[in-house]
Amino acid sequence: MNITMLLDMAADGFGERVVVGTREQGITARELQRLSASGAAEIRKAGADALVYLAVNGPAFPVAMFAAARAGVPLVPVNYRLGREQLDALLANHPHALGIAGADQAEALERAGLTVYSPQEWLRGTAASTETEPDFGDAEEPTPPAVIIYTSGTTSAPKGVLLRHENLSSYVLGSVEFSSAEDNEAALVSVPPYHIAAVANVITNLYAGRRTVVLEQFTPGQWLDTARREGITNALVVPTMLSRVVESDADKTVPTLRALAYGGAPMPARVIERALQMWPEVGFVNAYGLTETSSTIAVLGPQDHRAALESDDEAVRARLGSVGQVVPGIELEIRDAGDQSVGPGVMGRICVRGDQVSAEYAGIGRMVDERGFFDTRDKGFLDDEGFLFVGGRIDDTIIRGAENIAPAEIEGVMLRHPAVLDVAVVGMPDQEWGQRIEAAVVLRPGLPVDPAELRDFVRSALRSSRTPERIEYWDELPRTETGKLVRRHVVDRLTKQATGV
Amino acid sequence: MILKVGQSLASPVDTTTVIVVRAPKAEVSLTCGGVEMVVGGKPGGDGSSIDPARIGGAQLGKRYVDDGAGLEVLCTKPGQGLLEVNGTALPIKAAKPLPSSD
Repeated sequence: MNITMLLDMAADGFGERVVVGTREQGITARELQRLSASGAAEIRKAGADALVYLAVNGPAFPVAMFAAARAGVPLVPVNYRLGREQLDALLANHPHALGIAGADQAEALERAGLTVYSPQEWLRGTAASTETEPDFGDAEEPTPPAVIIYTSGTTSAPKGVLLRHENLSSYVLGSVEFSSAEDNEAALVSVPPYHIAAVANVITNLYAGRRTVVLEQFTPGQWLDTARREGITNALVVPTMLSRVVESDADKTVPTLRALAYGGAPMPARVIERALQMWPEVGFVNAYGLTETSSTIAVLGPQDHRAALESDDEAVRARLGSVGQVVPGIELEIRDAGDQSVGPGVMGRICVRGDQVSAEYAGIGRMVDERGFFDTRDKGFLDDEGFLFVGGRIDDTIIRGAENIAPAEIEGVMLRHPAVLDVAVVGMPDQEWGQRIEAAVVLRPGLPVDPAELRDFVRSALRSSRTPERIEYWDELPRTETGKLVRRHVVDRLTKQATGV
Repeated sequence: MILKVGQSLASPVDTTTVIVVRAPKAEVSLTCGGVEMVVGGKPGGDGSSIDPARIGGAQLGKRYVDDGAGLEVLCTKPGQGLLEVNGTALPIKAAKPLPSSD
């Protein structure tokens, strides 16, 4: 079904409830419906075939999303920190789009020949307009996708993932009960709009009837202040944000917080353990998913978190490092190099199938096998009870002396050392071994430690073949806005440090 | 009729519309207020013509399921009529939401 249907239901079911923004100045469900209908008329009038959104997250974003959906064109949220070359190449895919851009980004859209609104102009325009797009009927499902998100590969140019209305709808209907949120619930989203989690969050919160507040620029202090001021009950963060909040000296009480969901990158065990202890009333959720799967395909729920923290059983404790069990509607297989499905405890490629799985790329089509399974290119294994452990990207695998090594395994061990705040392990070219292991470490302030001691620490947990040969101390690691490590940059910088070139 | 997942159906006798979430393989008769629902149509009635025995009121956002028939529908617009499949009332599915995440 068209995702517009979900907004129409919200407008019918709780039209007077504020669903976007602050309690005092927010937009109600009925208003969101009206604004999006005006926006759809604008898109149709302009003859645009897409709506590009190149700005920070804010109230204009859900209005844009549903305006595009009602007009039957894709919403294209774009990373506003892309380099000029990458941005121009991406925009060249949408020459007939209408654009919404922040002040700093408008120039790029103008350069591409698009008509541009600022987010404020878009909101004012849709509010003032009396035009509306007629309801084209529930049965209609436009062929263009609902949203196109470009995934950042770390080695190649971004690919556009086509998220169809049925992918997003089936995800929402499968995981959210309509109008299940109480009047006083509020979600705080600090994820940028070009991330699948932000897209999914707009729809899931709307369908549940939960007001959504956006924090554009994340600092731990602002996050905490906003959470208290807006009476936030649900929060969505990426692991680096939780780490910064946990490490900060600010007042960390958030009395209204009941649920905190995280995902997008692996969560260091120390951070989640501290968060669990710091906020005993909060339900933590680890959500694993990809852009290609319309976000969450596996969940480690609040009960799972607490059970793991409190257990004496090694296998149960280990689940704190898992991403939990698959959500209803998803089938998952772990496959070996020969495409055979393997049993519990065996590491392989995570492959999934389900209605929410798009796996469709612009210009390429659906990348699924003959049984409809999509290879996530994430490594992982299942334990005896179906808890999924993600081991990192296939491409990150280090191959040293014909042995495959997952950086995540070594990073996990190093993160257990009390002095280590953050770490990246990479394979560097080596004449003798093919690759050798090196690490860039960010130390916790005030806790100096000799690299030799860190190496001993790793060696005592893993074999010496998995011990980094060289450790460099850095102030921070190169990560994307959503906290994903850019290993290529780590390799580059380590190379420069070694060779002075 | 044979139903398909994602199809939208409307009641000719009141304001109810539903969407198919799970579809049976076999032909079924899906009725609202005793009258066959129409695929892709607009709801067309105020409920006044419905036999009192077939008043039941589909509620917005609720799912109605018959596991035996393999049918699940989601009510997208509420109405007065009782939802039935092959003459048997469709009960509301108990809600079991996942912890909220994204």
